[in-house]
Amino acid sequence: MATITLRQVEKKFGDVHAVKPVDLTIHSGEFVVLLGPSGCGKTTTLRMISGLESVTSGDIFLDDRQVTWLHPSERNIAFVFQFFALYPHLTARENIAFPLQAEGAARDTIEKRVKEVVDLLQIGHLLHMKPNKLSGGDKQRVALARSLVRRPAAFLMDEPLGALDADFRERMRAEIKRLHLNQNATTVYVTHDQIEAMAMGDRIVVMSNAEVQQVGTPAEVYYDPANLFVARFIGSPGMNLLYGRYSDGVIHLPGDNRYAAEQSGRSLTRVFPVQGQNGVPDNHYRAPEAWRPALEKQLSGQDVIIGFRPEAAQVTNTAEGQLKAEVYADDMHGAYSMLHLSLGSADMIVHVRASRDLKLPIGAPIQFDLNPEMVRFFDPKTEKALSRGGQHG
Amino acid sequence: MANVTLQNIIKRFGQLTALADVSFEINNGEFFVLLGPTGAGKTTTLRVIAGLERHDAGHVLFDGEPVDHYTPADRDVAFVFQQYSLYPTMTVYDNLAFPLRSPLRRTPEPDIRKRVEETAEKLRISHLLNRKTARLSGGEMQRVSIGRAIVRDPRIFLMDEPLSNLDAKLREALRVELKHLQKTQDSTTLYVTHDQVEALTMADRIAVLNQGRIIQVGTPDDIYDRPSTMFVAQLIGTPGINLFRASRDNGQLQVNDSPIRVPVAASAGELPEQFILGVRPEDVQPEPEGAFTGQIVLIEPLGVETILHIKAGQQTLLSSVSGMTSWRMGDAIRFDIIREHLHYFDPASQRRLLK
Repeated sequence: MATITLRQVEKKFGDVHAVKPVDLTIHSGEFVVLLGPSGCGKTTTLRMISGLESVTSGDIFLDDRQVTWLHPSERNIAFVFQFFALYPHLTARENIAFPLQAEGAARDTIEKRVKEVVDLLQIGHLLHMKPNKLSGGDKQRVALARSLVRRPAAFLMDEPLGALDADFRERMRAEIKRLHLNQNATTVYVTHDQIEAMAMGDRIVVMSNAEVQQVGTPAEVYYDPANLFVARFIGSPGMNLLYGRYSDGVIHLPGDNRYAAEQSGRSLTRVFPVQGQNGVPDNHYRAPEAWRPALEKQLSGQDVIIGFRPEAAQVTNTAEGQLKAEVYADDMHGAYSMLHLSLGSADMIVHVRASRDLKLPIGAPIQFDLNPEMVRFFDPKTEKALSRGGQHG
Repeated sequence: MANVTLQNIIKRFGQLTALADVSFEINNGEFFVLLGPTGAGKTTTLRVIAGLERHDAGHVLFDGEPVDHYTPADRDVAFVFQQYSLYPTMTVYDNLAFPLRSPLRRTPEPDIRKRVEETAEKLRISHLLNRKTARLSGGEMQRVSIGRAIVRDPRIFLMDEPLSNLDAKLREALRVELKHLQKTQDSTTLYVTHDQVEALTMADRIAVLNQGRIIQVGTPDDIYDRPSTMFVAQLIGTPGINLFRASRDNGQLQVNDSPIRVPVAASAGELPEQFILGVRPEDVQPEPEGAFTGQIVLIEPLGVETILHIKAGQQTLLSSVSGMTSWRMGDAIRFDIIREHLHYFDPASQRRLLK
């Protein structure tokens, strides 16, 4: 299996960047997901790796082989699309054997390789069927088998589960991942679905606006997003973001109407204090010790965004905790419930994972704490995450 | 707002029976969700309540009064559909005002202004009032569609998959908004969806519909904790419930082809020899001293939770744990099964055993 290396690979259509220069190494046997909203450049990047799209500049290597200007068929890469392009007049077995026949492989080699992939995907019972008799998932399995049978150096998959319904996607997601573990084939997988990316990727390349925002493991992009885009895009719901102002180790937040939020359209631009009782705003969060030097150095007296995941909130006793909010809505999610809490305004809603036993009416006051290990900070001006070392991450 | 009752509704389209004896009651102020797969009869039920479809037998009652022969207009219902049916050349304000300007209602303009502004505030679209709807994003358009339904005070809101055209992030945000709105307004709402997450998270009560029949009616807790059939058990919950063939053997429950043996609870004494055992993924929990051993064959970190696929004997169990984990593929793992939450089903009828 091959290592894929992109060096300063970019794509322009006229003056418009479809993909800004990317440096990326996909290691042999790795499963890397290109993730982002539609139009972010992920599919163009994949197509440049495959050779279906030419690069405007930069180099692509398969191991040490420079493939930038090679024809797709010369790259020994298999492509799996969202829409399974099976030959309708051939049976599943004939479809799977087709690439080997086209290469002129010997009959017993074909037999042997087809049997291997058929056993792997457990599709023996489908072999005599024509594609129009197959379900969506089975078609996708046959399409996978057909790409596997060639033993390519790498797999490129473009939203292969996009056309399937939710239930089936979940099952196929696990199947593709298990197949990958079994084969250890270098795989680049494109999706707009962050859950799919988290579940499948060894590493995730988050893209937006033709640019790579972050490359990291699922845990890294989830807990340590590089910027607000990644924080919001990853997670369901996305990371909770609280707008406040830092001074002397404390972040002052809206709440109890003593801080007001300045709003432009749907996005908050700034919060500012409104005179409260004794002139002291009521809602504040004491920044964890480990973060104070960085906050002090970079954002003293300035606006700051606190970021935390729903499971970082600790609701032990609803009358204790640093942060004060009220219940906006609550959801039952089967294994747990998700409380949606408002801090001062309906534009400042945080989502908090809680036990299903905690049932609270809308409007009920609630207090909660944050696990200090799981709190992050962002600079609203640059939208980038602060690093504990004091430099922008 | 009204209380709505369906009594033994039958609806046929030619040879096809779309609704076979559907009965349920939506209480005043309730958020009632009809959940089922495509073709279950959800939209037909909604259209029968609206009067857009005439049923072949049975009755629809609003506050105890039969409305079977009322026209849709006389039933005074408000719709929100999947497709936003807004007037593209009108402003948001005029779209919201439209239902109030109907000749039937003759609302004075100052009252209209007040209602429109209140509604816009609730849906947080006040800043969009002067915009033409053609210039709005999908999420904004759906907010306006919802606004146009709630701007007046109908007897019931009928919503047919209103969020399914939106992307995941918007859907989540609007789901929370809709629920907050419904709870603070106490409006009677019938909400149709095929998405079990929407049903669980929004409903006061859910009716599960399949092939034109009501399978179960209950609160999200009831449906999740005590599914009446295997169909309901599998329909609800992500990741899906684990279902295993199991048997009763010497005071133990034995999961076939696996080392999993659980002492029989007193109540399980009446189980047949062979049955289907259901275990929700959150009831399979890694424990250092756990009674069972297996191997992790797949890890799916989803963020707020992680799904572990654990192979034990010939069976693979899904286990869901909170947050991200440090488990690695191939690890040996000890786990327990939380016995208080086991589900038993009859293999033939697929019905729940031991209520």
